[in-house]
Amino acid sequence: MMETAGRRRNMRLVVNPITCEGHGLCAELLPEWVRLDDWGYPIVNPDPVPPELKDHARRAVAACPTLALLVRLD
Amino acid sequence: MRAVEASGLRGRGGSGFPTARKMSAVAQGGRRPVVVANGTEGEPASAKDKLLLQSAPHLVLDGMVLAAEAVGARRAIICVEETARRAWLSVEAAIDERRAIGLDPIGIELAASPSGYVVGEESALVHWLNGGPAKPTFVPPRPFEKGVGGRPTLVQNVETLAHLALLARFGPDWFREIGTPGHTGSTLITMSGEVARPGVYEIAPGTSIAHTIASSGGAADDVRAVLVGGYAGRWLDAEHSLRLGLSDDQLRPVGASLGAGVVVVLSRRGCGLAETTRIARYLAGESSGQCGPCVNGLAAIARALDQVHRGEGGPDTLATLQRWATDVAGRGACHHPDGAARMVASALEVFSADVDWHGRHRRCWAEPVRPDLVSSAPPRSR
Ligand code: SF4
Ligand code: SF4
Repeated sequence: MMETAGRRRNMRLVVNPITCEGHGLCAELLPEWVRLDDWGYPIVNPDPVPPELKDHARRAVAACPTLALLVRLD
Repeated sequence: MRAVEASGLRGRGGSGFPTARKMSAVAQGGRRPVVVANGTEGEPASAKDKLLLQSAPHLVLDGMVLAAEAVGARRAIICVEETARRAWLSVEAAIDERRAIGLDPIGIELAASPSGYVVGEESALVHWLNGGPAKPTFVPPRPFEKGVGGRPTLVQNVETLAHLALLARFGPDWFREIGTPGHTGSTLITMSGEVARPGVYEIAPGTSIAHTIASSGGAADDVRAVLVGGYAGRWLDAEHSLRLGLSDDQLRPVGASLGAGVVVVLSRRGCGLAETTRIARYLAGESSGQCGPCVNGLAAIARALDQVHRGEGGPDTLATLQRWATDVAGRGACHHPDGAARMVASALEVFSADVDWHGRHRRCWAEPVRPDLVSSAPPRSR
């Protein structure tokens, strides 16, 4: 029970705007969920990441060179 | 704490957060909390905090000690901008007086904080008190969870603390006698712009904008618009808004709030676009320079506004401006870009006729407002 409840938590992506350097790697790896603004900084879809994108999202988080892309569970 | 809850007191620093809720969050933080009185007033159109510190420092200090007792804090720090000389000296003298007669169970520390628009932001102030630069940090954790020295920290605006001291004396019912159900207790507001007597006024929340303008000596000419809530507030056109009451619950339906209690009046002689451009440029310059969307976005917005104002922007400049205002909101570590975007978006709405006019005639018709609205804030108590 506990485990399934844990798995059902929403996964959202957030950016730490202070450490983000606008490399844009996240938008390349996860174009379905991240786009770049006119200055190359990521605009992340605030909705819960759909199940089929979760693995891609985790990969993008791991690839961010400044660890600015974060997963938040709620 | 129960009395604070019953009074309905909300923060007077800009966010309007219920004071009791903040206090109980801090009290339940597990470790012994710290109380910080926020006397930094970065908003150039606001002067009430400095005036209060200068003229009634003991009221603020009483509030601090009461807040510390209520949440179980043993450390209380009051932050006053080092450039606010008179406020600073007045608070220093008051602390000495209290110490001399052993009035307070805890010692009150006075910290001379740097000046700047975002310095007063809670996380920036806490960051600075912890030895870092006075710049906002990426939250969570919020200061009420992990603040000064890693302890839960209650950051309260100095006017809020003064109200706390009064309501401790006279009770929550007395406090609620003035104001509206959603905005209880009296409120200090700073009137500036084109009014005969700019300055700090104590009003009952709910008093109409028109009445407040009349109390401050009346406007220089027919009022065209008012900027409510400060530079990161919202422009409201006079025709539809002068009858509105100045209280958060009455302003909410039009997307505005009183913020730190600021009203700037623009008359028919002035140009909303010119003033908005100046304010946007100021806000861009006050970015703490940490977040890409804030640093790049606000500067670009200010430049584009300047183009529109000079009649040099093409038809897409306006669309771009609107897109940028939407894009930058919510993307900084603090709310600085959100406020700037809100102010600009409201200007494009309220002054849309001017935008057309400037585009067609390639110039501004208005006499420059003298003194500039941006620098016409009441004299700072220095
Ligand atoms: S990959 Fe990381 S640093 Fe680069 S834009 Fe995305 S969040 Fe910012
Ligand atoms: S949003 Fe702007 S003012 Fe706020 S922390 Fe980031 S750069 Fe600084």
